[in-house]
Amino acid sequence: MENLIALLVAAPLLGAAVLLCGGRRLDKTGHWLGTLLAAVSFGIGAVLFVDMLGRPADDRTMDQFLYSWIPVEGFQADVAFQLDQLSMTFVLLITGVGTLIHVYSIGYMEHDERRRRFFGYLNLFLAAMLLLVLADNYLLLYVGWEGVGLASYLLIGFWQHKPSAATAAKKAFLVNRVGDMGLSIAIMLMFTTFGTFAFGPVLGSVGRTSEGTLTAIGLMLLLAACGKSAQVPLQSWLGDAMEGPTPVSALIHAATMVTAGVYLIVRSGAIFNASPDAQLVVAIVGAVTLLFGAIVGCAKDDIKKALAGSTMSQIGYMVLAAGLGPIGYAFAIMHLVTHGFFKAGLFLGAGSVMHGMNDEVDMRKYGGLRKYMPVTFVTFGLGYLAIIGFPGLSGFWSKDKIIEAAFAKGGTEGWILGGVALLGAAITAYYMTRVMLLTFFGEKRWQPAPDPDTAPSVEPGIEVHPGDMPHPHESPRSMTIPMIVLAFGSVFAGGLFSLNESFVTWLEPVTSFEHGHPPIGAAAVTGATMVALVLGVALAYAQYGRRPVPVVAPRGSLLTRAARRDLFQDDFNHVVLVRGGEHLTRSLVYVDHSLVDGAVGGTAAAVGGLSGRLRKLQNGYARSYAVSMFGGAAVLVAATLLMRGV
Amino acid sequence: MSFPLLTLTAAVPAAGAILTAAVPAARRTAAKWVALLFSLATLALAVLVAVRFEPGGARYQLTESHAWIKDFGVRYELGVDGIGVALIALTALLIPFVIAAGWHDADPLETASKRWRPTQGFFALILAVEAMVVISFEATDVFLFYIFFEAMLIPMYFLIGGFGDRAHGGSDENAAAQRSYAAVKFLLYNLAGGLIMLAAVIGLYVVTGTFSLTEIADARAAGKMDMATNTERLLFLGFFFAFAVKAPLWPLHTWLPGAMGEATAPVAVLITAVVDKVGTFAMLRFCLGLFPEASKWATPVILVLALISIVYGALLAVGQRDIKRLIAYASISHFGFIIMGIFAMTSQGQSGATLYMVNHGLSTAALMLVAGFLISRRGSRLIADFGGVQKVAPVLAGTFLIGGLATLSLPGLAPFVSEFLVLVGTFSRYPVIGIIATFGIVLAALYTLVLYQRTMTGPVKEEVRSMPDLRLRELLVVTPLIVLLIGLGVYPKPLTEIVNPAVEHTMSDVKQQDPAPEVEAAK
Repeated sequence: MENLIALLVAAPLLGAAVLLCGGRRLDKTGHWLGTLLAAVSFGIGAVLFVDMLGRPADDRTMDQFLYSWIPVEGFQADVAFQLDQLSMTFVLLITGVGTLIHVYSIGYMEHDERRRRFFGYLNLFLAAMLLLVLADNYLLLYVGWEGVGLASYLLIGFWQHKPSAATAAKKAFLVNRVGDMGLSIAIMLMFTTFGTFAFGPVLGSVGRTSEGTLTAIGLMLLLAACGKSAQVPLQSWLGDAMEGPTPVSALIHAATMVTAGVYLIVRSGAIFNASPDAQLVVAIVGAVTLLFGAIVGCAKDDIKKALAGSTMSQIGYMVLAAGLGPIGYAFAIMHLVTHGFFKAGLFLGAGSVMHGMNDEVDMRKYGGLRKYMPVTFVTFGLGYLAIIGFPGLSGFWSKDKIIEAAFAKGGTEGWILGGVALLGAAITAYYMTRVMLLTFFGEKRWQPAPDPDTAPSVEPGIEVHPGDMPHPHESPRSMTIPMIVLAFGSVFAGGLFSLNESFVTWLEPVTSFEHGHPPIGAAAVTGATMVALVLGVALAYAQYGRRPVPVVAPRGSLLTRAARRDLFQDDFNHVVLVRGGEHLTRSLVYVDHSLVDGAVGGTAAAVGGLSGRLRKLQNGYARSYAVSMFGGAAVLVAATLLMRGV
Repeated sequence: MSFPLLTLTAAVPAAGAILTAAVPAARRTAAKWVALLFSLATLALAVLVAVRFEPGGARYQLTESHAWIKDFGVRYELGVDGIGVALIALTALLIPFVIAAGWHDADPLETASKRWRPTQGFFALILAVEAMVVISFEATDVFLFYIFFEAMLIPMYFLIGGFGDRAHGGSDENAAAQRSYAAVKFLLYNLAGGLIMLAAVIGLYVVTGTFSLTEIADARAAGKMDMATNTERLLFLGFFFAFAVKAPLWPLHTWLPGAMGEATAPVAVLITAVVDKVGTFAMLRFCLGLFPEASKWATPVILVLALISIVYGALLAVGQRDIKRLIAYASISHFGFIIMGIFAMTSQGQSGATLYMVNHGLSTAALMLVAGFLISRRGSRLIADFGGVQKVAPVLAGTFLIGGLATLSLPGLAPFVSEFLVLVGTFSRYPVIGIIATFGIVLAALYTLVLYQRTMTGPVKEEVRSMPDLRLRELLVVTPLIVLLIGLGVYPKPLTEIVNPAVEHTMSDVKQQDPAPEVEAAK
């Protein structure tokens, strides 16, 4: 059975290789091949899952050793896989949701002449993400980690002829590389501390080293996680990543990429457990990001960017939970899975709306769509109810547990983290209700299609004629079926996971688990969450449900304007890093040309007393100089040789 | 006496050079084929060397030894260790690609006179360089090494100065002057290094009474040959200076961007992927092997210079407007990594540095040769003159991207393995330097992706609209390089197996042991 693990990765990898090298003859069938191989990977995952369930809980880890990767003295890096309950959960999420997104893309990308390549990249994305969660050591994980970065680079920049897409892709890769630096340093620290970076030995010997070392490793891992999972301060790439085709956003936000950081932290739980300082920083980063993302999500009029803000915020919840230790790990992963369902559903729904609306992304130009796109409306609506935590739906179960656990951390920290999580729940309810009302309710505010050359956000996959009024219509079945499946997950997954605490029990052997006891009682926390939810919905309804919505956004308060600009974080990066960097490189080019080159030449000239000649470099003397120098060397050699018996 | 395989590996390209040069002026296509065949024959011999070499065997194998200049104790002494085998293989592998990529680079212009025969010269010079580089990797006699180390400057000088890139901004005369300046600068820098080394070579003879690397190293290891501390340091510096010019190490690097920018792309590959490797190779073999104590003494300064090279080269690459100069500065950054790995004096660092030499050769060749194809299509080296190429020539853009990803050391491609080994090997002894060096990985992503973005993405520029995609000959050049980059990234074991024993020997030369892990890990 273990031997199947490698096939999980191999299937989509084969798809990527065939589709990307296969050439034009695969244009007609490529998308089917890509989808099939994603489904094959899911099938293998399901077989392994069933096999795993048949074993006792403490004997579920499967290992597969392929070969020794980098055999160098004192350094052992293997290509070896480890499939345990945590990896299994990810495998099913990645391949399951991934396959649905493949199916959806068949219809969504139908008119794109580079569809074959798109599916090749999607397959590559799955393969890299599967490698990431299946590796049994940090270095192999790193390969998947950067593979995910590469796939996202290719997909975000899929419409490369748009400068904005190319820039967004580059930005995503660069910001992620900053995080990767953290992962590199963490691995190097593990190597010097433990002499290895395989999960088992490292996580099994945390007790033997100092807390300071573990804190350093933990913080470096956190830096890596911040890059992949778009946590403050490395979150700036996520909004721009909306330049990619919408299915890519669904894939990045739900099944792959941003979940990788959470995986890394939970996987390294032993390190964080042994370093309370690093753990607290994780929780703080999560809490800050959950507010940051939520605030940004409130101000965006672009439906995809509003959802991107929401992803940042929801991942913030997961990171916060992961920063709570054993009382939170399982809930972080549980929220990750339920979020995978509803966020994928929401993005696919957003794509469906755009599909019907001439690729318009500005929600102020939607309105009243529920009658025209009933399936999209219902599935999106269920995703909406799930994400705000409507009682009984998936998000309710997972988010409520995180808020409880945050309070249960105890002390002042517990009150602050819990309070932030509670506040986040209210804001989530607010901005998601806003999205829902602007899109599906109220007046029709439709506008004629913009000129594709001037509209930066138009998806070039679909032919749009400038000036056409939108004719909203339901999307084809290849798109609606994945949405329906995901809606089922959004409704039922959370409840199912919470039955007899089945999800927690399932993960416990890997992540360990402790019951958290919030100081005010679990029921009170749930009650408070419900109040927050009602407040958020009511406020959004008052603003966007009861009053007509202007097509052009009002100027807004200072906070609104700041949130529209991603709280100025990008501007800060631009001024400090981009401008500063440009100045630095430009002055260095000058220094290199005039100072370094000149200094070396000058020193040589001074030593040789040849400055006069050197100055004549360009007018022909140089060659004779070189020749005489070479001749001099030759004479010297000859002379030495002739001097016998020195 | 055994079969002189090593001599043959150098003699075949040398003979090829002579034959190529002798092809009549009118038959220039024949000259190209002669050169290509001889380079392939050399490759076959290099493969044979690798096959015959036993990783677990003696340190130097396939040795040959003949008296040469008896009075002076100069011997014709050859032998290879794993590092030499790897680099000979790299050289022999790259030359056919260099020749195939430069197939039309030396075709005479319409205006040239009939007696002028640049094609023959161009390919003959490439083979001459190959012969000298190969023998430098084989020589275990210091004097023999020195002679070829210096002599390869002559063909290189003519390759840079005589066969410039036809894609240049200004007038032909202007370009010729710039080219000539770059070639002379290359020559002067390297001659200066060589002269100082010559003094050190002679000094070494005076002190030890022999030129034999093995003899000196063995005697020193056995404690039978003591050098006064200052003597050893001076001699070390003399050798190191020459190698640091060639490698090149900051601040002696300024000849490289000019030379690589002005030369044709295949010659640029020859410079950075092949010839410069002699410098780093010689640091490992001669500096560490002959002067272990002085090497340790100089390590802090060298590591700092290497670190400066890494960051400085990368930052300058970001600021370049010329594609080839950008790649040149990227190479300076990469040479910083190689030198850092050598002087970190850990097994991982040195294995990594050796792999780095090979991998950097492959990745730079891929990137630079595709860049050359791109440049020749547009007749310009300026990044700003391109845009949207991926739309019209997707295969060219795709291979360029893979070359770029290899340059930024993407995991899964060969350079990642070596770069990570160097970083981890440095970090385990010098954590601060290791951490600063990791900034290099962010900067590498920056210059590579900015280059790709500006040339390949965005709206299609009018001038590139009719640009053809890669032709068959070009595809045949690039594909094997990409296959190797992926193959050695996924499965580097064939290379590490050859290199590891040599690294162990070097580690014992300098009497260093890897730092032990802080704690013993549980199983």
